[in-house]
Amino acid sequence: MSSELTYAYYPGCSGLSTSLDYERSTRAVCSALGMTLKDIPDWSCCGSTPAHTVDHVLSAALSARNLALAESMGVQSVLTPCPSCLTNLKVAGHRMEKDDFKKEVNALLDHPCANSLTTKSVLQALVQDVGMDKIAERVRKPLKGIKVAPYYGCLMNRPPEVMDFDDPENPVSMDRILQALGADVLDFPLKVECCGGSFGVARKDVVVHLSGKLLGLARDMGADAVVTACPLCQMNLDLRQSQINAHLKETFNLPVFYYTQLAGVALGLDPDHLLLKKLVVKPWKVLHKIQEPEAAAV
Amino acid sequence: MRLGVFICHCGSNIAGTVDVAQVAERAKSFPDVVYSTDTLYACSEPGQEGIVQAIQDYNLDGVVVASCTPRMHEPTFRRAVERGGLNRYKFEMANIREHVSWVSKDQEANTAKAADLVHMAVEKLRQDRALFPKTFDINKRVMVIGGGVAGIQAALDCAEGGLEVILVEKTTSIGGKMAKLDKTFPTVDCSSCILGPKMVDVSMHPNITLYAYSEVEEVGGYVGNFEVSVRKKATYVDWDKCTGCGLCMEKCPSKKSYDAFNEGIAPTTAINIPFPQAIPKRAAINPDYCRQFIKGKCGVCEKVCPTKAINYDMQDEVVSEKVGAIVVATGYDLFDHSKYTEYGGGRYKDVITSMQYERLLNASGPTSGHIKRPSDGKEPQNVVFVQCVGSRDKSVDRPYCSGFCCMYTAKQTILTKDHLPDSQSYVFYMDIRAPGKQYDEFTRRAMEEYGARYIRGRVSQIYPHGDSLIVRGVDTLMGTQVEVEADLVVLAVGAECSSGAGELAETLRISYDAYGFYMESHPKLKPVETNTAGIYLAGCCQGPKDIPSSVGQGSAAASKILALFSRDQLESDPQVAQVNQARCVGCGKCISTCPFGAIQEIQDRGGNPKAEVIETICQGCGLCSVTCPQKAIQLQHFTDNQILAEVNALCQPMMEESFES
Amino acid sequence: MECIRLDSSINSGFIDQVARESEQDPYLCYQCGNCTAGCPNNFVYDIPVHRIMRLLQAGQKETILGSHSIWLCATCESCTTRCPNNIDVARIMDVLRHMARREGYVTEKRVKQFNDSFLHSVQKHGRVFELGTVMRFVARTGRFWTDVELGPKVLARGKMATRAHNIQGKEQVSKIINRFLGDERK
Repeated sequence: MSSELTYAYYPGCSGLSTSLDYERSTRAVCSALGMTLKDIPDWSCCGSTPAHTVDHVLSAALSARNLALAESMGVQSVLTPCPSCLTNLKVAGHRMEKDDFKKEVNALLDHPCANSLTTKSVLQALVQDVGMDKIAERVRKPLKGIKVAPYYGCLMNRPPEVMDFDDPENPVSMDRILQALGADVLDFPLKVECCGGSFGVARKDVVVHLSGKLLGLARDMGADAVVTACPLCQMNLDLRQSQINAHLKETFNLPVFYYTQLAGVALGLDPDHLLLKKLVVKPWKVLHKIQEPEAAAV
Repeated sequence: MRLGVFICHCGSNIAGTVDVAQVAERAKSFPDVVYSTDTLYACSEPGQEGIVQAIQDYNLDGVVVASCTPRMHEPTFRRAVERGGLNRYKFEMANIREHVSWVSKDQEANTAKAADLVHMAVEKLRQDRALFPKTFDINKRVMVIGGGVAGIQAALDCAEGGLEVILVEKTTSIGGKMAKLDKTFPTVDCSSCILGPKMVDVSMHPNITLYAYSEVEEVGGYVGNFEVSVRKKATYVDWDKCTGCGLCMEKCPSKKSYDAFNEGIAPTTAINIPFPQAIPKRAAINPDYCRQFIKGKCGVCEKVCPTKAINYDMQDEVVSEKVGAIVVATGYDLFDHSKYTEYGGGRYKDVITSMQYERLLNASGPTSGHIKRPSDGKEPQNVVFVQCVGSRDKSVDRPYCSGFCCMYTAKQTILTKDHLPDSQSYVFYMDIRAPGKQYDEFTRRAMEEYGARYIRGRVSQIYPHGDSLIVRGVDTLMGTQVEVEADLVVLAVGAECSSGAGELAETLRISYDAYGFYMESHPKLKPVETNTAGIYLAGCCQGPKDIPSSVGQGSAAASKILALFSRDQLESDPQVAQVNQARCVGCGKCISTCPFGAIQEIQDRGGNPKAEVIETICQGCGLCSVTCPQKAIQLQHFTDNQILAEVNALCQPMMEESFES
Repeated sequence: MECIRLDSSINSGFIDQVARESEQDPYLCYQCGNCTAGCPNNFVYDIPVHRIMRLLQAGQKETILGSHSIWLCATCESCTTRCPNNIDVARIMDVLRHMARREGYVTEKRVKQFNDSFLHSVQKHGRVFELGTVMRFVARTGRFWTDVELGPKVLARGKMATRAHNIQGKEQVSKIINRFLGDERK
């Protein structure tokens, strides 16, 4: 059983910095649900958007170095919480199915990659390998009484041929997890609309416009909070919420959780592992809305 | 033997890349050839006359024509040689167009290959025997499968022509998709006013027997003598007793049944008559929703029925019908838009299909013809129509144009304005396809007189915002992204083959394309025939088409059958398998191999088992002859000797050449 | 807009190159516009993506590679996901960016500089050092006010690592990028 749920784990660079809260809460939740995450030793950056913007072989090579390292770990699959890393790792694997491309990639590497592993998101592993029943069973403090807008971002399920999980237009995996945790999950129609991605630094106007639209719809639908599975989306919606307010003359005050943080709350995990204090828009008011199980029963 | 060879130019089709004069010249050296020439169009009147004349002048006893595909003109040339006084099977065709001139531009190679093909045909012809067709009686009854407008037209025309017709309809009423429509383009006349009387004619016609709620299960036999078993599905109502009074519908407590006729836009009762003009106007129970079937108790309809027609124990019944010809008019299904998750995939109540909208517009529909949107019953102000949903879209495996959506959308914008003068329609389109009579004028009217705003571009996403729907698309002519805040969105869903089309085609042994539409025998010249003699097509089962085309095909199929049945007997094709009884050991392999059930076991005088071919059923496929371990069963006109003669004609010179070098 | 001479200005070598590098057939596009309809960044584009596709079919290399749009595409894959002709439009946009970069058509210097700063950081440390990336971007673009207002929020919460993580194999990573650059110069 435990060996089935053992994975090579690729945290991604932002997990050491801007999304440390995602990283910690992911580990806490996975551990509580019986998953074993073995870090890929000495993993390196996948190159993210900048690398594939420069060249596809370069991008694949930066990812493939990590896939090659994972190949010696005796596991079936590589897990990552970050959609951007996920896309790069999966696209690299997908393109390396063609021998010519694989040769070009391996020519850039010290140690060649056999491309023998599958990559999936932590979200996919939770839904498919752990399963909803087990998650629901493990809930200690159901998220009763809070309305959340699940926001997946554009990269988690696209392109469908490569990602091969959930629907590219209307993904439901995170909705189902949040439902299992007891939250009131809104049918958020812009759940795969782009937040502006990595344009935050170079073209802030792009992020303000796109993320502003997402926050606007979430608020209009009566959401107490937005829930994401992507470090970049979280940063744009949370950290940049004040910039958005300033530019759009808005007064958004919506906490933006990682779904793993809310899962940690529902599973009753040690708050120190969830790093909720890292959220820029303070989440306490929303978290206080969660009804105690006894109160909810009344 | 004295053989003649004719090499056709086919204008420049063949002569452009084949030296036809040289082929004719070379043919003179082939055995038994006494006359060889090239001719501009062998199939034309002078071309055929040249063949007839040569047969007489040179006392020919066999003819080769090298031209196009035999599928097109083999019958033409067989008739010509017959006019010249020969048996029609003393004729061979070499296809030097599709197999030579259209394949390559290399004149030298083409000429050589054409000569080879002619050589093969000559060698085969030398082995040809005169064959004589047999005649058999035909059963002049017709079965029409599908009671939509195409099937109705075919049935009425056949019946008017004096033929007995069996009309088989899958649902409980005839009328098909047309019965659901409010108005029809481009005349905007009421659909049920023009279709209704035809439906009544069907029910009243003494020559038509209607099996509603029935499906074809098995088909045996051949042209002139088909035997079809039809499953009459249990309606749980004795239709001989039911008067269609509708009392059962009023009292039925299961009021949440899916209403297929109304496209699910509103629920119906578990026992119901689908619509007031239904033919037959009889009630049927849907056991998926009926409390008597689900819970085992209720019995309300049984209690209230004044004629005691309810029978919960009714079973399906299978009847067998003998007919001489079959019209397939099984129609189409609408594309399932749940594949478009970017449009909500069915999640949003106010994103509906064009057919659902048709039911909202229809006076006999669930809203009595008032446009009320499904979510809250409000009248919409902004209505957005999205074209090409499931048409011209490779990503959902529907690359074809459904043909009629542009027109019905224009009609729906006009009707929307008629119903709600303050409303505004928006139509997102890629191209407007309006090639019929008065069609383009009609779409112009929708824009010019009725003010529908046409936007050239696709819709990328639809999502709810408050009470309305945001429709995000593009106007490629302006070159910008556009959005409309809509109250109702109508998806112009395309046509796809009806469910089960493939299975029915296999039952009928007719061909169908990659999308399940049935294949006509020739796309231009045999549009309603199939490659199976005696089976004809009408309407959308062959491909999406509008009402006039469907009606036209229904009549065309009927006229084909009336022509077929104008004789009392038909000739069978003698190019069928034949058993050499002396060689047959009665192993029965051919019997189990034959896909048509055309071989039966008999006993010879000594009581030994032997195979025998039923000539009228045999389709001449040749499977039996390759299966027979004794080489006892041979396909006439394609015997082993004939095929070997062709192989030798081609291979022997090559072998000699390679030995020499 | 200038009149385009269709008989003489079509750069078919360019069309072929894009088709080859992207493994996509630009001629499959029938200009429905769905890519533009769903493009979240269309509002900052100078040429909408469906017109980039049309210009590509017409071989208008300079117009395309000189556009801002190809730098402002976020690779969100909406166009690819929704294209009725199954064209991977995002991949074509990526390839156009590669070509523009190689041939010196950089219209969005800040976007390129951010990407360069990012990769520089990866090359130096093996993992990206976010603060370092931003600092380098600021230094290179002279945009000293970039996100300064976020500073206090970030610092107060310790949201950004202040020291780079240097991995043991950073030389290997550096070599990947150097080998690529070496190949590219060939």
